[in-house]
Amino acid sequence: MPRSEILAGLSRDRMALFGAVTVALILLVALFAPLLAPYDPAQISIPHRLEPAGPRHWLGTDQLGRDTLSRLLVGTRVAMSVALLSIGGAMAAGIALGLVAGYGPKLVDLGLLLLLDTISTVPVIIFALALLTLTGPSLPAVIGVIGFFSVPGYARLVRAETLRLKSADFILAERVMGAGLPRLLFLHMMPNVIGPLLVVVTMDVPSVIGLEAGLSFLGIGIQPPTPSWGTLLNDGFSFVRQAPFLVLVAGIPVILATLGFTFLGEFLREHWNPASRGRR
Amino acid sequence: MAGFLLRRLLLAAGVVAGAGVLIFLLIYAVPGDPATTALGPRASPEMRAAFRAAMGLDRPLPVQMARFFGRLLQGDLGRDIWSGRPVTEILFEALPHTLILALCSLGWSVLLGIGLGCMSAARRGGAFDRVAGALSIATIAIPPFLIAIYCLLLFAVELRWFPAIGAGTPGDWTSQLGALVLPSFSVGLAWVGYIARALRGSLIEVMRERYIIAARAFGLSERTILLRHALRIALVPVVSIVGVGFGSLLSGSVLAEIVFARPGLGKTVYEAVLARNYPVVTGAVVLTAGLYAVVMLLTDLVIALLDQRNRAAL
Repeated sequence: MPRSEILAGLSRDRMALFGAVTVALILLVALFAPLLAPYDPAQISIPHRLEPAGPRHWLGTDQLGRDTLSRLLVGTRVAMSVALLSIGGAMAAGIALGLVAGYGPKLVDLGLLLLLDTISTVPVIIFALALLTLTGPSLPAVIGVIGFFSVPGYARLVRAETLRLKSADFILAERVMGAGLPRLLFLHMMPNVIGPLLVVVTMDVPSVIGLEAGLSFLGIGIQPPTPSWGTLLNDGFSFVRQAPFLVLVAGIPVILATLGFTFLGEFLREHWNPASRGRR
Repeated sequence: MAGFLLRRLLLAAGVVAGAGVLIFLLIYAVPGDPATTALGPRASPEMRAAFRAAMGLDRPLPVQMARFFGRLLQGDLGRDIWSGRPVTEILFEALPHTLILALCSLGWSVLLGIGLGCMSAARRGGAFDRVAGALSIATIAIPPFLIAIYCLLLFAVELRWFPAIGAGTPGDWTSQLGALVLPSFSVGLAWVGYIARALRGSLIEVMRERYIIAARAFGLSERTILLRHALRIALVPVVSIVGVGFGSLLSGSVLAEIVFARPGLGKTVYEAVLARNYPVVTGAVVLTAGLYAVVMLLTDLVIALLDQRNRAAL
């Protein structure tokens, strides 16, 4: 799709525009969080604990007097790193497994499908709780667990696309000309698979953000003192009666991020998939 | 029909077995030793060895697995590390609370979602459709536990309309129902969006079919066509979405239970996690996989009832 068409589509679709702007802002905040934060997010100041929003602390302070705005800004970086690393890892694994399942022998395909289906049958939260009990909560463990649950979706998509492409004319032509398997898979199949995959990935970011926030909220995700949106929600929730403001504010970035990525993803999906273009 | 049921039951058993094998292999492969996890880093090597022997963790992996599945066939999921109670007893005590929450959430969201989906499809492209579409996407995107937290903040802490925690007084159904309102609202909200979006899409597809055009030619009103003839077929993909999404419905219920401090599977598993009581956690994984398999079976049956063309597959 030409760039001008994307831009024109964005300016027409207000939801998509909201999504694109929000996502851009979130990525910028994630990149420049330490510069933007007015205070050190770890700086404790007990005399100023649970302060409401004011000119000194725009979004108030938490139970240890730490500046909520600074913690949320730095938390953006944590949330985006978790999303980027877990989805990146899952994409790599999903592409590899999907190509193998789609192009490999029937038996391998069946085995992989059974494995992927089994992973996606168990409720993510319960499985994640089980895994994190064993590994103990840590940033790499959270990234690994979230990535693990994203693999089946990606692998299935890549598999379906590979099956579709397998008998496409240009692939047959390449094979007739004697192209080797790596050339076929990586030079010809993969570029065609990446597009639809990226759309699914954009739609997936909100659930990854939600899962990380949920796990950290339960205290088995990102561990304090690292500020993450989920741990901030957890802190706020513990003081929900004394300082309802804290939990109210801590949820806003999660809402903005999930909405932003979803609206952008919806737009990309509608415009990427030619079949759905004329249907609206 | 009997052949179909048998095949589906075998598949269900396969999924449960698969989940069991998966959780076993993961326990084995994941760094971290169950004995250290359970007893803490300060336990002496002798204590750890005794724990491993008691839990059968000192045996080779295939033996452990065979014992696990042997006991599973007898309905035994092992014992709680600390209290020694059978895991099945603990889980089945908690399960009804979670199922009630999940079913209530699904119940109201199915009703509202079908209504919204029909109205959106009928007024396709109009203002109602666009607003409903944006709202649906928004409710799908926002994590249910966050909606639960905000509901608790607004309706329980600020307005005090509903209780903030617990499942109500046992025996008093009005208080139990009151305690169910906020959790089931927050779990179900995303499903309203899912169902409305899916139904709108499939209704629009179905309304293009020839038998619908024929019905129009007979002079039936659009309303009758939509509700009497199109809805039944259009519900098929919605039913399968609900079936496949049962896992995420349970996940949502688990988090809502923790937010509202309701008894149930989520709270049980969460407490087991905090106490490093991993037999309860793995038992819960196997149990939920089993539930999922049952739900998939029911989904297929409902689809067959809705769309007679699929009955040939039975």
